Amino acid sequence: MSTTEEKEQAVAEEQEQASDEQAAQGAPAEEEHEPAKPGNWRFLIPIIALAVGFGAHFVPGWILFPQLLYGKKLQPIDFNHKLHVAETGECEGCHYFRDDGSFSGVPKLASCVECHEEQLGSHPEEAKLVKDYVEPGKEIPWLIYARQPQCVFFSHSAHITMGGMECSTCHGQIGDSTHTKTYQYNRLTLYSRDIWGYNIAGYKKHTWDRMKMDDCAECHLEKTGHKGACFQCHK
Amino acid sequence: MKLDRRTFIEVALGFSIGAGTGFMLTPVNWKLMDDMTIWSQELWPRYQLGGLKGKLPQRGEVSNADTVCKLCPGGCGITVRKVEKRATKIEGRDGYPVNDGGICPLGASGLQLLYGPWRTPGPLKRSGKRGSGHFSRISWEEAIHEVVEKLSALRHHGEAHKVAAILDSDRGTVPQLFSRFLQAYGSPNFIRTASDQDTYELTLKLMQGADSSVGYDLEGANFILSFGSGLIEGWGAPVRVIQAHSIWRSGNGTKRAKVVQIEPRLSNTAAKADDWYPIKPGTEGALAMGLAHVIVKESLYDFSFIGSQTFGFEDWSDVTGKTYTGFKRLVMDEYGPANVSKITGLSAKKIVDLARAFAKAERPLAVWGRGKGTTSGSLYECMAVHALNALVGNINKPGGVSTRPEVAMQPWPEVVVDNIAWAGSSMPRADGAGTSRYPLTKYLPDRWPQIVSGSDGGGIKALLVQGADPCFTTMDSAAVAKAFEQIPFVVSFSTFLDETAFNADLVLPNHHYLERWEDVPTPIGLHKPVLGLCKPVVSPQFDTKHVGDVLMTIAKSLGGTVAEAFPWGDYESVLKDTMGEKWDTLEEMGYVAEADYRLSTWGSTFGTPSGKFEFYVSTFDQAGKEISEDVGYLPHYQPIKPEGNAVRYPLILIPTELMRLADGAVGNPPFCTKTMEENELKGNDLFVEVNPKTAAEYGLSEGLHATLTTPKGKGTVLVHLSEGIMPGLIGIPKGLGHTAYDDYLAGKGISANSLMGVVEDPVSGLCATWGIRAKLTRA
Repeated sequence: MSTTEEKEQAVAEEQEQASDEQAAQGAPAEEEHEPAKPGNWRFLIPIIALAVGFGAHFVPGWILFPQLLYGKKLQPIDFNHKLHVAETGECEGCHYFRDDGSFSGVPKLASCVECHEEQLGSHPEEAKLVKDYVEPGKEIPWLIYARQPQCVFFSHSAHITMGGMECSTCHGQIGDSTHTKTYQYNRLTLYSRDIWGYNIAGYKKHTWDRMKMDDCAECHLEKTGHKGACFQCHK
Repeated sequence: MKLDRRTFIEVALGFSIGAGTGFMLTPVNWKLMDDMTIWSQELWPRYQLGGLKGKLPQRGEVSNADTVCKLCPGGCGITVRKVEKRATKIEGRDGYPVNDGGICPLGASGLQLLYGPWRTPGPLKRSGKRGSGHFSRISWEEAIHEVVEKLSALRHHGEAHKVAAILDSDRGTVPQLFSRFLQAYGSPNFIRTASDQDTYELTLKLMQGADSSVGYDLEGANFILSFGSGLIEGWGAPVRVIQAHSIWRSGNGTKRAKVVQIEPRLSNTAAKADDWYPIKPGTEGALAMGLAHVIVKESLYDFSFIGSQTFGFEDWSDVTGKTYTGFKRLVMDEYGPANVSKITGLSAKKIVDLARAFAKAERPLAVWGRGKGTTSGSLYECMAVHALNALVGNINKPGGVSTRPEVAMQPWPEVVVDNIAWAGSSMPRADGAGTSRYPLTKYLPDRWPQIVSGSDGGGIKALLVQGADPCFTTMDSAAVAKAFEQIPFVVSFSTFLDETAFNADLVLPNHHYLERWEDVPTPIGLHKPVLGLCKPVVSPQFDTKHVGDVLMTIAKSLGGTVAEAFPWGDYESVLKDTMGEKWDTLEEMGYVAEADYRLSTWGSTFGTPSGKFEFYVSTFDQAGKEISEDVGYLPHYQPIKPEGNAVRYPLILIPTELMRLADGAVGNPPFCTKTMEENELKGNDLFVEVNPKTAAEYGLSEGLHATLTTPKGKGTVLVHLSEGIMPGLIGIPKGLGHTAYDDYLAGKGISANSLMGVVEDPVSGLCATWGIRAKLTRA
């Protein structure tokens, strides 16, 4: 008898012995040790485990994670951009450049007071403006969607005045909105969700969907032929 | 199904691979990686700083506001850059007649003093031992009530004259309000802290009969002979002098000016001078007289000025026929180059050459005031230097020396005094100034033992301190501290919790200079009138009040004639009334300068008894000042001996002053302290400068810890070897060794003033200390 045959025989004897022992103990022995047998579904166990593991991370990662990462805040006043653009003209009517070229950003209360020293209409949001901010002379704590991190230097003047860009290229069609959208902020960095963009994977359809460094670089590459040097923005 | 080992492994492995793949295919890890970079760069440091609120610089509209710096007597115009309501930067104001866009390190650091942690937060009442720094906050009403109660009681007990006020200046509306308050209240004890102005004012009074301080046309001079003045170390109006220095160096398109520095140490001024003559410290007066000798001997002096405008140059006789020695004979007899060489250590040839170069220069100018001019100095030394200016005829001449002019203001109504005020004001001053011993001296601020014991033995019982920090800036700190212990009631109006505030019973903080209105009269050493306006550029950051308003509230609460002396509603009304028609220009421009100002002619300049420039000072007799020797009426060399036994203390300690180290009433801000070099300050130890020869003699080496001992105190210092200091001397920087302020200043080095003593000038009574005997041993 060859050595291989001897081994096979020994294994067969061992198996027989083991099934005898299991039979004596009254335990079912037929399923687990027959993976190769056709029709046995045991091979599915690791696949199911894999699928469960995948699903348990993949689905919350896409659906639950964004919910947890971002907190929500409402703007102090539900502002109607469309109405105000119609009344005051272009964006620059309120978001103007100062004499020294610096950008005024979100208007101060003084700009609102120019028209709303007293209530003009009957809208409850206007009533809130007059009662809570105009009368006590308190600045409105607007939440700024486009606030870049501290390490970023950005000049509106260089892009709008010199570069001739449209506000909407980065800020979207905000001038057409009739309500302020809910301000979502990253619980870790405390910056607005608008910087990373609403798509958690970072995909974008429009230029205004994201305001990350790569988006700056993309446009710079397209317009100027290079992405720009670090110190242009990180002073 | 049985969960055996194999199944467990299969499930665990399957789940892990699935989980890993699932996780990697979600945006979680990539997104968090990005967020963590922002968090670690921005959020974490902010947590370290103590929280998220108010720690980031506010964004907003940038604006610039012009005002005038009040940190030193230099009175520079400044432009404060603001973002919304917060001041973010201080720059020199372009076109300002004093500093034209320039700024010094201290002025640029003013924001640290505005927002720094050593600001007095509001009215404080001492709750612990004097100097312990334990205070409790009280309301302004309580604080003012307490002062009024104390002052009212003293006044009603006939002790009005036992109240004193010490200030950093006697010019401008705030010091004038204090002066007026004391006048109405009944005390003669208005004291101004020490500076070289004390002695120069006295010199001008004696030699020119002028009640003013000195003004130099530095920009117009082309040979500058400096007797130890730290021209680029903060002397005079620092930025103005540094700018003048630039004009001298560049020549401003014409011929470069020559700068000669007489100083025992290679200061920055000496290093940048054309010639540096290190002479034995304290012998500057002898050198000035020696130079005068050569100028007179070689007839290099201005004949027209000396011949027609001076008195006492030649020997003269009075009506009884008694002959008096003139300046000419004194210098010819006593101050030959050989003799002066022996005194000063400078070779006779150099003395002769220097005198010739000075006298032959087109517009020579001799300037006086040691270092930054923070000590009063010797009267005769100042007179000797001033006599040099007279010899070359540059009194009231372009490029010369004149009296400092002021912009005219509206006079205040006369103070109506009651009997108590009259009696109190008639009492002798506590410091002894104006008494028969020192009839011509206005203030003797360094005589603290005398001030607290009082000329009539009573001593002062209440002290008001404004804009001054005498506990730090006065020499012999131990004696000052002891004196303060004897004053029952000390009120400080300090914006900062400085050493004197720590020794006060009440602190009623004044606004910071960027928060208040105040006029700034012609800065120190200017020869043209400039009136600046200090305006609030930010709102008060703490619970402070303008000292002028607080003082007037106190006066009004005291009632009677004291209240009547202050007819104004508030300090701003005082300012507007005093400025009169100049107010509008002042408010709009921020300053008033008389561009067409012309120096007065010689004939109308001198208010002396002879109506001339007096080499022989007849004012002494007129004022009843006893002068024992004839020579005492003339400028001459009067040695001021440093304190201490030469055997026990073989070396001499001299203070040195640095541009980057404030040593006045305002503590050095962190920005400035950080600019100190590693051979000036290391950790908490300061370096003293020693010549390598001296170091070798005493077994000292570079960087070694040593014990510096003087008759007034001792401390541990580090040794820095420098060939720029004369052998036998030790140079110690002034301005360190604060006990107040914060970790950036308190406990750094030792105070030069704690090691120095006050040596009084025999004629003026002012502090004439230039050094003290010392020993330096290995620690």
